[in-house]
Amino acid sequence: MTVLFWICALVAIATGIWTISSRQPVHSVVGLIVNFAALAVLFLTLNADFLAMMQIIIYAGAILVLFLFVIALLTIGAEPIEQGRGRLAFQTAPSVVAGLAALLIMSAGLRVAWSQSASAPVLDLGSVATFGQQLLTTHVFAFEVTAFILLIAIVGVVMMAGRKELRF
Amino acid sequence: MPQVPLNLYLELSAVLFIIGVIGFLLRRNPITMLMAIELMWNAGNLAFIAFARNFIDMSGQVFAFLVITVAAAEAAIALAIVVMVFRRRENADVDDISVMRG
Repeated sequence: MTVLFWICALVAIATGIWTISSRQPVHSVVGLIVNFAALAVLFLTLNADFLAMMQIIIYAGAILVLFLFVIALLTIGAEPIEQGRGRLAFQTAPSVVAGLAALLIMSAGLRVAWSQSASAPVLDLGSVATFGQQLLTTHVFAFEVTAFILLIAIVGVVMMAGRKELRF
Repeated sequence: MPQVPLNLYLELSAVLFIIGVIGFLLRRNPITMLMAIELMWNAGNLAFIAFARNFIDMSGQVFAFLVITVAAAEAAIALAIVVMVFRRRENADVDDISVMRG
C-alpha cells in the first residue's frame, strides 16, 4: 500500500512537471493522461472506486480528447513533428514498456481496493451503490446543480462556437 | 496492510497544485495553461477524497464529483474561447491577446 502510494506519487509529480514543461501541447496531453491515471490509482487506494472510474472515463477519456481535438484543429496547417519511419521505430519499445508498467500499476491498485473490500466489508465508502444512494438522497441538490452547470456549458459552447467571428 | 497517513496525500495534493500554479504562471500557450488548471483541479480532488476517506464521510467524494463536472464545463467553454480567438489570429501567445479586455 505504501509502496503503491509512493510509486503513484512519483509518477504523478513527474508527469505533472512534464505536462507544464514540454514544448509540444500534444506531449503535455500525454503527460496529463498518465497523471490522471496515477491519480485514479490513488483514488482506488482511498476507497473511491466510482470516482477512480470517473477519473479515467471523464478526464482521461473525454476532456483530454477534447484537448487533443482542439490541438489538432489549431495546428491543422503545421508540418507533422515526426517524419520518416526512424523516429517511430525508436518510440515503439519505450511505449510498450510504459503501457505494461501502467497496466501493472493499475492492477496493483485494483488489488489493493479488492483486498480492502474483502478484509473490511463494513467500509463501503465509494462504491457505485453507496455513491449513487448518497448522490440522490443526501446530496440531491448538488446533483441538480451539476445538471444546470452542464446545461450552461452546452449553451455557452454552442453560442460561441457557432459564430463566424467575434462580435462585441 | 498499513494505511498511508492523511498527511502524505495532502502533501502530494499541495505539490501537484503548486506544479499547476507554476505552469499556469510560466507558460504562455493557452492550451498548456488550461492543462495546468486541470492539474490544479485534480490536486483539489485528491485532497477532497483523502479527507472523505479520513472522516469516513461521503460528502467529500460527492464534492469531488461536482468538481469533475465543473472542470469538464470549464474545459469545454475555455477551449471554445481558444478556438474562437485563434480562428481570427494565428498567434499562439496569450500575452498578445487583448480582444477580451474589459
